[in-house]
Amino acid sequence: MTYQDRYPLAFRLYPYARSADQGADQPAHHPVTIVGGGPVGMATGLDLALRGVPVLVLDDHEGVGQGSRAICFAKRTLEIAHRLGCGPQMLDKGVVWNRGRVFHDRDEVFSFDLLPEDGHRYPAFINLQQNLFERFLVEAVNDARAKGAPIEIRGRNRLTAMEAGAEAVTLHLDTPDGPYTITTDWLIACDGAKSPIREMMGLGFEGRVFEDNFLIADVKMTADFPTERWFWFEPWFKSGASALLHKQPDDIWRIDFQLGWDIDRKAELEPARIRRRVDQMLGPDVEYELDWTSIYTFQCRRMERFRHGRVIFAGDAAHQVSPFGARGANSGIQDADNLGWKLAGVIRGDYPDTLLDSYDAERIHAADENIRNSTRSTDFITPKTPQSRVFRDAVLHLAAHAPFARPMVNSGRLSVPAVYDGSPLVTPDALPGGPARSRPGAACPDARLSDGSHLLDHLGQGFAVLNLGATLPPLPRDLPVFSFDPKAEPLLAERYLGQAERALYLVRPDQHVAARWAACDAGKLARARARAEGRDT
Amino acid sequence: MAHLTLEPNLPAPDDAYEALIAAHDGLTREESEALNARLILILMNQIGDLQVIREALAAAKR
Repeated sequence: MTYQDRYPLAFRLYPYARSADQGADQPAHHPVTIVGGGPVGMATGLDLALRGVPVLVLDDHEGVGQGSRAICFAKRTLEIAHRLGCGPQMLDKGVVWNRGRVFHDRDEVFSFDLLPEDGHRYPAFINLQQNLFERFLVEAVNDARAKGAPIEIRGRNRLTAMEAGAEAVTLHLDTPDGPYTITTDWLIACDGAKSPIREMMGLGFEGRVFEDNFLIADVKMTADFPTERWFWFEPWFKSGASALLHKQPDDIWRIDFQLGWDIDRKAELEPARIRRRVDQMLGPDVEYELDWTSIYTFQCRRMERFRHGRVIFAGDAAHQVSPFGARGANSGIQDADNLGWKLAGVIRGDYPDTLLDSYDAERIHAADENIRNSTRSTDFITPKTPQSRVFRDAVLHLAAHAPFARPMVNSGRLSVPAVYDGSPLVTPDALPGGPARSRPGAACPDARLSDGSHLLDHLGQGFAVLNLGATLPPLPRDLPVFSFDPKAEPLLAERYLGQAERALYLVRPDQHVAARWAACDAGKLARARARAEGRDT
Repeated sequence: MAHLTLEPNLPAPDDAYEALIAAHDGLTREESEALNARLILILMNQIGDLQVIREALAAAKR
């Protein structure tokens, strides 16, 4: 059969090459196979390979698709990307922004400031085209492989059928040279919101569909608008029911218009029609080129479970949110971060297989939080009933003169990493006076140290102990300790001690806090670690 | 924790009721709906206690 691409490429990064598996008498076997070469698949593969697990990534294309798509990347994503080897590239290229302004008609009704905080390596948010993020990830894969990390990407390898068994998963693939078959111990489905693997396994994807269409018009122009996120409800320029303007690198500006439900998709995508909307917004004298346009609808939904035996779903394949709040790609990268160390440890035989069930528990908790926030934003932007619309308009009306209504104005609540409160892996907080932001379950806040390094540089390989002036119990040899004098490290004191005088933290390989104490003995520490490794239920 | 009261709590209930009705004088149905929505939001903020608001929502639904 002819091998058709589903979309045009922005960057051809991994051209098809025939692999030895294709002529094999018996299906070749791989410990981990990832289907889907998007950001979540690449991040998961890279994390596993950097932890020494051989990974095969299959993508049905030969590189990164066109279009900016996801554009807002959060601090936590940048921190994870740093560990994976492409954080600095993202920061160098990305546009840093802090301020969002929300308008109703002509009036500013709400603004937020992401409050830049000192002593982090990465800002709260950058804007960067998704295809550049994906390119940086693939380059990081290539760098890691050159240094010996066991990861292989196969372009133009499309999954056509599969059988998930108790001992292994069999994958039937199609390529330009015809079909072949492989087997794998673990299959990670990062194959997107329309996940063919989910379909092949007959698994559901429940949630809500919102009856609205949004037009993306990325335009290239040299404009002196500030690098702020501007959002209009019922904008005076009438280009849509709502509108968004946000800067990307290379003089590209993301413009979004809310079109409503009953539209003629084809007609709305005609360049002349798009230009009329953009002209109304920017004024007749602004010169620009249309760089990329697309119409999207959205859903808020998730799978009931993300782990199905030897098949594990991550990213949009597992859960989908509306774009307001930048909770799609950012949460998918956190899936990768949560899964990598667990699966690597299970494959090494260090942790029980049941540890993978905690991926379900923790990332479903996160998905529900993202879906809740994203649904609330969507209900405000696209009220689903006449009464909902009446209250939405009442909030916008009041916000002009009543400060209490301004925080109710909801054009998206931006992604922050989920705190795994109540996770079976987390030991209850035993640090009286400790800051809430670094409580058990939270991702460790970064902090610049007096030697110029950052705290997160030291964490993220295996489990580790962070000691701030506490008395250390005897520790096993495989548990490194990072001890700092809190008097010499004011940022650590602020972010990890709060009102406490001393503290001992047990930190997981994904840089989340597993446990913390004011004082701790060897038994407590061992129990907390066993719990975090899924060995104690 | 504060609770909703469904016992009489207004010193002059007739005056309060009259003020509410008078506020809607001359308004279309849509304008009245919008006014009610703003009023509810203002009163919710004045109550300032989600538990009381939830109890009020439940009482209104009975």
